[in-house]
Amino acid sequence: MARRNPSTATEAALGGLLPAIRLGEALKWLAARVPIHLAVIGLAALWSVPTIALLVSSFRDPRDIATSGWWNAIKSPLDVTLDNYEKVLETEGMARAFFNSLIITVPATVLVILVAALAAYAFAWMQFPGRNVLFLIVVGLLVVPLQMTLIPVLRLYTDLTIDAEVPVIGGRVFGTGSYAGMWLAHTAYGLPFAVYLLRNFFGSLPRDLFESAYLDGASDLRVFFRIVLPLSMPAIAALAIFQFLWVWNDLLIALILLPDPNLAPMTLKITNLVTSFGSQYQLLTAAAFISMALPLFIFFALQRYFIQGILAGAVKG
Amino acid sequence: MARVTFEHVTKRFDSVVAVQDFDLKIADKEFLVLVGPSGCGKSTTLRLLAGLEEISEGKIYIGDRLVNRVPARDRDIAMVFQSYALYPHMSVFDNMAFALTLHKVPKDDIRRRVSAAAQILDIETLLKRKPRQLSGGQRQRVALGRAIVRDPAVFLFDEPLSNLDAKLRVQTRAELSKLHQRLDSTFIYVTHDQVEAMTMATRIAVMKDGLLQQVGTPQDLYERPANMFVAGFIGSPAMNFFPVTVSGAPEDVHLDAENIKVQVPAAAAPALAPYLGNEIVFGIRPENIHDREFQPSDIRGAALEAQVDVTELMGNEVFLHLLADGEQFLARVDPRTKARPGNTIQVVFDMDRMHAFDPATEDAIALAPA
Repeated sequence: MARRNPSTATEAALGGLLPAIRLGEALKWLAARVPIHLAVIGLAALWSVPTIALLVSSFRDPRDIATSGWWNAIKSPLDVTLDNYEKVLETEGMARAFFNSLIITVPATVLVILVAALAAYAFAWMQFPGRNVLFLIVVGLLVVPLQMTLIPVLRLYTDLTIDAEVPVIGGRVFGTGSYAGMWLAHTAYGLPFAVYLLRNFFGSLPRDLFESAYLDGASDLRVFFRIVLPLSMPAIAALAIFQFLWVWNDLLIALILLPDPNLAPMTLKITNLVTSFGSQYQLLTAAAFISMALPLFIFFALQRYFIQGILAGAVKG
Repeated sequence: MARVTFEHVTKRFDSVVAVQDFDLKIADKEFLVLVGPSGCGKSTTLRLLAGLEEISEGKIYIGDRLVNRVPARDRDIAMVFQSYALYPHMSVFDNMAFALTLHKVPKDDIRRRVSAAAQILDIETLLKRKPRQLSGGQRQRVALGRAIVRDPAVFLFDEPLSNLDAKLRVQTRAELSKLHQRLDSTFIYVTHDQVEAMTMATRIAVMKDGLLQQVGTPQDLYERPANMFVAGFIGSPAMNFFPVTVSGAPEDVHLDAENIKVQVPAAAAPALAPYLGNEIVFGIRPENIHDREFQPSDIRGAALEAQVDVTELMGNEVFLHLLADGEQFLARVDPRTKARPGNTIQVVFDMDRMHAFDPATEDAIALAPA
């Protein structure tokens, strides 16, 4: 016990200093971090302003919107109305448009992921003649402007029209004014980027994992479903968000290939709101917010897959 | 459990020959270690056997079955990779059960086999963890476990210890040897580390530049290396080589250099007599060079004066970097040695353990009947 005394004494002497040292370190840490945090928060706020304005306006009375800025709503936060949403959904057919958007977007996203993932696996890991040339052609398609393809696609669709009514969801079986036509078009337009993105990701997976699975008795298809797909969730989630947003926000292809107003997605409907009502901002804001809601939800649902590190532990780095 | 036969196997990558005319029979239950410097073709040879590379020429048999055209998944081979290659999204249990699930083994059977393997490797408590929650040593065990549950015809190991720290490596080496005895199966193991080869192998195959140099037991390779490459590669620190001239008479052969003159023992003299007047390469291992003061009594040696360049104390011995005749060489001597850098000391070569090589072919000259 006696031998411990000196060290205890030293500790006691130091004890008074320690909090001061800790405080100094904490201040230094804060000084380094605060500017970064302030900048990031400031940027995020700036970018959020239009969206918040849209959201606030969509709950305001048309007269208020016409006479005062959206920030005035903060003065009387309880003075809100759901009339805009009610009107847009019921009388303007926005509910059906939302449903149409969903019917077009979900299959067009799933199809792209499925086809692109299979193609990317082949490009990344299977040996076949002409592999690199084919991949270059696919990537080359990225630079073809979509507008150039509209007339040939439209003519093709007109020639290939299958003019029978699809039960339940409506529209033709194929051609212009068909959901299937929209799925096919969006899938084709989305594929070059999707294949490019996924091939690069699959290519970066460790070769040992594949070889280990082959030796364990797995076929290419098994390796694809049991190893590649689960490990590629970050890339697939990113692709899913890109493709979903792209199809969901598309106006051009819908305008060309969907002449039937009953099948029109939200983008088309919102455009029509502008033309037919001129300055009815209250309806526009509500409609726009409805169209934003789902992509936002999808983004928040999938963002956790962005967190990298799923590969940690696969191979010793 | 099976024997493995390589018949004149060659592998070319475009114009580069990675493995050339590789001919080797590996017996059932053997622990064969393929060893050589990096780029010597040892890993390629293993991958050819695994079916991960296509053979350019020759034949490979596993048991009696020609496997040249058999895909990797049907060769009944388990491989432990240097990177371990664990599936990161699966638990340890699922990693070990993966192959069995693919082969549609009943669930109860899978559970039994995985827990048996886990018991052998002492990883029973880790079965629910993901690979990223394991240490390097634990991952290595899981990789071994994944191979064991398969009960394959042949186990392949591609430098499985190189990512472990030195202490764990020594421990795992011993465990692998035990595992081999316990599983009583054919092990083929690739490494660049001759210590691993010497400690674990029942037979070692040394490769260089795609060519098989020598195959034999560790003892064989150490005592009777077939050429200068094997002599220099097996044994650590490496064997010393001196260019010398054979002189004297058929019954009294000497090896001469400027300041070196050593007598060849009578038993080895006849083998060197044909080289009288010619140059040869004289080889001697560092452990066969002694400090004269602490020379073991049973040695018939040739004494030599050498200058001490550097001394390295290993605890149980001292490495002396010596200079004689402008040739640098290394001796492992008794730790009591008084040699200090700059000193000149007397060293003794244990000539009964000398080696001789033909300088043109670099092949060993057989000094005594094997």
